[in-house]
Amino acid sequence: MSTTTTPPPGVSAQDLARLAEHWAERPSLRGWFSTVDHKRIGRRYLVTAGFFFVLAGLSALVMRTQLARPEAGVVSPQEYNQLFSMHGTAMIFLFATPMLFGFGNFLVPLMIGSRDMAFPRLNAFGYWVFLFAGLFMWASLPFGAAPNNGWFAYAPLNQEQHNPGLHMDVYALGLLFLGISTTAASINFIVTALKLRAPGMSLNRVPLFVWAIVATAFMVIFALPALNADNLMLFLDRRFGTHFFDPSAGGNVLLWQHLFWIFGHPDVYIIVMPALGIVSAVLPAFTRRGVVGYPLIVLSIVSISIISFGVWVHHMFATGLPQLSYSFFSAASTIITIPSGIQIFAWLATMLLGRLVLRVPLLFVIGFVVTFVLGGFTGAMFAVTAFDQQVTDSYFVVAHFHYVLIGGAVFPMLAGIYYWLPKITGRMYHERLGRWAFWLVFAGMHVTFFPMHLYGLFGMPRRVYTYRSEPGWDGWNLVSTLGSYLLAVGLLLVLVGVVHAVRRGRPAPPDPWEGDSLEWSTASPPEPYNFPALPRVHSLHPAWDERTAESLGAGATADRILSDGRRTLVTSELDAHPERAVQMPESTLKPLVLAGALLIFFTSMLLAWYPAAAVAALAVVATIAVWLWPPRRPDEELGVTG
Amino acid sequence: MSDRGGVVAAATGAEALSTELPVGRSAGWWGMVMFVATEATLFACLLGSYFYLRFQYGPTWPPAGIEAPKLLTPLVMTAVLVPSSLPVVWAERGIRQGQRWRLQSGLAATMVLGVTFLALQASEYAEKLTQFTMTTDAYGSLFYLITGFHGLHVMVGLTMIGWLLAASLRGGSFGSHRHERVRNAAMYWHFVDLVWVAILFTIYLSPRL
Ligand code: HEM
Repeated sequence: MSTTTTPPPGVSAQDLARLAEHWAERPSLRGWFSTVDHKRIGRRYLVTAGFFFVLAGLSALVMRTQLARPEAGVVSPQEYNQLFSMHGTAMIFLFATPMLFGFGNFLVPLMIGSRDMAFPRLNAFGYWVFLFAGLFMWASLPFGAAPNNGWFAYAPLNQEQHNPGLHMDVYALGLLFLGISTTAASINFIVTALKLRAPGMSLNRVPLFVWAIVATAFMVIFALPALNADNLMLFLDRRFGTHFFDPSAGGNVLLWQHLFWIFGHPDVYIIVMPALGIVSAVLPAFTRRGVVGYPLIVLSIVSISIISFGVWVHHMFATGLPQLSYSFFSAASTIITIPSGIQIFAWLATMLLGRLVLRVPLLFVIGFVVTFVLGGFTGAMFAVTAFDQQVTDSYFVVAHFHYVLIGGAVFPMLAGIYYWLPKITGRMYHERLGRWAFWLVFAGMHVTFFPMHLYGLFGMPRRVYTYRSEPGWDGWNLVSTLGSYLLAVGLLLVLVGVVHAVRRGRPAPPDPWEGDSLEWSTASPPEPYNFPALPRVHSLHPAWDERTAESLGAGATADRILSDGRRTLVTSELDAHPERAVQMPESTLKPLVLAGALLIFFTSMLLAWYPAAAVAALAVVATIAVWLWPPRRPDEELGVTG
Repeated sequence: MSDRGGVVAAATGAEALSTELPVGRSAGWWGMVMFVATEATLFACLLGSYFYLRFQYGPTWPPAGIEAPKLLTPLVMTAVLVPSSLPVVWAERGIRQGQRWRLQSGLAATMVLGVTFLALQASEYAEKLTQFTMTTDAYGSLFYLITGFHGLHVMVGLTMIGWLLAASLRGGSFGSHRHERVRNAAMYWHFVDLVWVAILFTIYLSPRL
């Protein structure tokens, strides 16, 4: 499907043939399971996260159907508990972050002008763990054993004596399992962005999307351990009789909340930040200019990632105890206003000063601005304490955080899907279909969630499986439900659009949008080696810059073509001075085997088959040991003197 | 692996040999730093939980019925574990100069010290378990979770060191141009040592303050 047929002048046909030979992965079943290509892995992340989105979305539709009329009997209270818990947990952990990491996996190496991620095998491993952890959690739903305690799983309701069965064991183990994937991916993003940037891409030329992904990855590194510690203690409490959250034996239920929110405060930014990065990446192509205020945006990204931890500490200093009744999303959105306000104004200025090209991705960006600002507005309302206490745990909160999350994450993702679809699949999408999808999603979103503000104010609590007929509740609930069907139709049209593009879309040129970042300097879809010659970057908008283009074509030199082996360039952290060419790993099945061993380990722990768990743990150790075992080299090459 | 398109020629050509020498930090180094950072945060959360539960509990800590931890064994354990970083440093310096014997003897010395530490910990557990267990109360839960989790890390570190030793004894693994794995494992080992110092302070010394 590639559209580049003539080799660029600086790269000989011979070089291209050699590159193709070193980087190609044979299309076989084994090749499918053993690939380490970041583009294939990124695509898989996107598809898998999309699949979990569909499952979580269907759960939401069932809930909305149940709530359409008062005292309906579609699901039992127990089933409803599992539905909203799985919906929330899956949307946050199995959809939002992995979806954005999918974009990151596909795009970061392309945007920084590299041939792969820093640790390609770790990358493949991260994907398999994500897939298995997601299936592990969802598989509990048909057995009626899904998590049932809300997505933040408060103690003491998460304890064995109050909540028997496997429900919360699935939650604790599933999130621990998934955490391995998220951590591995984050380390990979950070190191890739630090070490594999193309020569010349000094820190002040790094695309905003990459900044956002790296800042997110740093937040994961320092926030996720709190959640892991929490879930570890939860599992020990439930299964092995420890007393961390048990006040009758010296434990404390608030410990759960503390650790959860140490993670939870940054987590909202972990979800929203890369999505904002997508907005910054999409805008230049459709406003025909760079985003206004690049240094300000970078500063706001960095400061958000630091402040997001300070919020919690500040809570502690000011009150001794955090006000837990205070919805976490509201607090987050209040603080996020300042740096993300800077970003919003920068985007608005970009749109004002630029020349708008009103295609589907830009429509979704505009939809994002409108929805996200409304979500931020209701967030600011929570700052009025009296108001906050009135609406806490009502549907007003549900409305608010869906405005933030759908506005702040889903809309940018949809913009990203349409924008990069030509790059990912090599095909163009159908523009009119895309417009229909946009208007349906936008209308559906507001018809579903705007009324929730109202019946929230009229006193309807969240997390109830049904309600008695009350003035103001019935009608608006029905409107919400109809809106959610509308939203579902819109999302279905997005899916139809993607399938249509893959099946019969018109072949995409390498650069259909005349975008500004390096992914548009590659073929659509990119060759397995991404760039025939690694670029030499001369500006913040390399694809709009003559000299960078020259370095990819006539000016390509052997030290950037590196066609003798599967190689890419390592550069210095700050200035991206070339340091050396490194050998990249070949495809391998070990990541899959390792993830499989972990799946057996977690499943055995869940079902209390401890001997099997011990065997699986040994298999994990053995696989890692074999994976990293150094190849035998001659002594002269190693440099051995004694 | 067959020689595909001159890989061997490329690996032994002038360019390869000159670039083999380390320039700047490698990707592996950064990867290990990030891994250690996230692990350290995990320990910080556990130790933070210890202090949180302790200060929420009340004036007597450990709770009635459990005596404050004795110091002799943990101090001996510290005296064994903390110096065990020195042979690792010495071994790593050695292999940077291509001296395989230093790598091997240094790693072996660390192995001995690490295993001694675990043996001491086992004897301490044997004594403590007669007094209280993980299920006695929150103090017991914290004690065994934190020290046990650290013990697990020592085991992981020892596995790394044993693995390096095995690879080095096979030959053809490490030399002055190739010692990244040694350096990364060394970093992990130093981290495990440092965490122990934090645990010594939290679990053993702080109840006496
Ligand atoms: C696709 C359309 C969506 C619909 C129709 C929908 C619907 C709902 C409904 C009705 C509830 C409230 C259940 C209750 O309180 O009884 C809910 C809760 C929730 N939703 Fe959504 N939602 C959608 C998308 C999303 C997305 C994209 C996210 C996050 C990225 C999300 C995250 C959550 C969370 C975290 C909860 C709270 C769960 C809990 O109470 O523990 N939702 N959703």
